Amino acid sequence: MDYDFNFAAVWRDFDLLLSGLGLGLVLAVVSIAIGCLIGLLAAFGMLSRHAPVRWVSTAYVSAIRNTPILVLILFTYFALPQLGVRLGKIESFIVTLAIYSGAYLTEVFRSGLVSLPPGLREAGLTIGLTEFRTKILITIPVMFRNVLPALGNNFISLFKDTSLAAAIAVPELTFYARKINVETFRVIETWLVASLMYVLACSIIAALLRQVEARLAIPR
Amino acid sequence: MTVPVLEIRNLHKRFGSVEVLKGIDLTMQKSDVVSLIGASGSGKTTLLRCVNLLEDYEEGVVAVAGEQIGYVERNGKRVRLREREIARQRAMTGMAFQQFNLFPHMSAIRNVMLGLVKTRKMSKDEAYATAESWLERVGMADRKDHYPGQLSGGQQQRVAIARAIAMNPQLMLFDEVTSALDPELVGEVLSVIKGLAADGMTMLLVTHEMQFAHDVSNKVVFMQDGRIAEEGSPDQLFYHPKSERLAAFLKNSKF
Ligand SMILES: Nc1ncnc2c1ncn2[C@@H]1O[C@H](COP(=O)(O)OP(=O)(O)OP(=O)(O)O)[C@@H](O)[C@H]1O
Ligand SMILES: [Mg+2]
Repeated sequence: MDYDFNFAAVWRDFDLLLSGLGLGLVLAVVSIAIGCLIGLLAAFGMLSRHAPVRWVSTAYVSAIRNTPILVLILFTYFALPQLGVRLGKIESFIVTLAIYSGAYLTEVFRSGLVSLPPGLREAGLTIGLTEFRTKILITIPVMFRNVLPALGNNFISLFKDTSLAAAIAVPELTFYARKINVETFRVIETWLVASLMYVLACSIIAALLRQVEARLAIPR
Repeated sequence: MTVPVLEIRNLHKRFGSVEVLKGIDLTMQKSDVVSLIGASGSGKTTLLRCVNLLEDYEEGVVAVAGEQIGYVERNGKRVRLREREIARQRAMTGMAFQQFNLFPHMSAIRNVMLGLVKTRKMSKDEAYATAESWLERVGMADRKDHYPGQLSGGQQQRVAIARAIAMNPQLMLFDEVTSALDPELVGEVLSVIKGLAADGMTMLLVTHEMQFAHDVSNKVVFMQDGRIAEEGSPDQLFYHPKSERLAAFLKNSKF
């Protein structure tokens, strides 16, 4: 095989790729932040004393987890406007990704909560805290620290999933890579560079997350 | 006559269809130290947990300083109090657990400060000073910035006791606070409790340390199958048990 590599076409639009990468990160960060709130609520919902609340939470989690994410993205973007909910591309994608990650984080938080010793909550109650304050001050912070590694993994896969936003023309890295590919026909070069950018970004994020984990870990 | 610190009348508690407390009566005056002894499953823990409403109870009255815990009578009906009221009532008593239950994400001093700031509404500075003096009292001042995971069991339990006592409760509840400890660490915790007794703290404790119960209590209560089977002074119960069951129990617990 004698293929003439020519990266010039890719370098010319490298700033586009970089801005796409940046947008992907923003999408992932905003989505997981909202997803954490949704996941926390749904996790408490799954552990609720009230059966209907448990049903709603369970239905949400299984509906989302059993639907391909691409279908969710297309549904939110194309089908919801028919029902009168009109969102921009980026908003639509963030909503989808938040709901999607929320479903996975529900399970992370739920198992984090049930693995806490019951005495933790009781100790909070005995010093006169209400159930709500016990959750805010004790159970949630301890659970959160315990599940940080799982949360980090979720964030990385969520970041990779942002490439699917290309399907609705959100200008992130994959979208620009495809654009450059189509305009220059430099197929191998384009996708090689895009892949490397994902790999590098994920490695850096993973390293940063490990530092955050170490800093927030419960000392022992 | 003064209002008793704790008054329990005809207390019944069920788990589903199983009745585990079958009519308990117990009164404690200020500075009383009462030890609960009895076989496993006789209901000692459940009784303690009804006093601060970690368990709801179905029948009877638990009153701390004259105030019924958890419920009010309204038009002849028994109504559970609201969450806030219950939280306030829980802070009238303090509790130390077998498993310590320190907050693992907070240093020792922050463990003690939390209730002072959030429940007792102290300023941070005041809470810090109060917490520090109680840690000093239980011999933990030099470890105040350590996290629970960095402390031995005995040290954790002493911090947990400081956390409860710092709240200035009217009554302290201790549930087998030395049972999870290595034998060589039991003494340091028991001596803290003895010190509190000497200070006049009102205490209700469940223990398997019979010698300790004998030395620290002014009354011992022997529970059996959800009832108080025998009660009296330590000498009376330990040296002159009336019932066969108590005599057999004491024999098995190597007093
Ligand atoms: N949450 C619960 N649900 C159902 N049954 C319970 C529960 N907690 C306790 N019980 C039952 O109530 C009875 C009394 O238990 P309790 O823990 O009060 O006994 P105990 O005297 O403290 O025993 P031990 O010395 O082993 O600590 C036991 O038969 C126990 O199985
Ligand atoms: Mg017990």
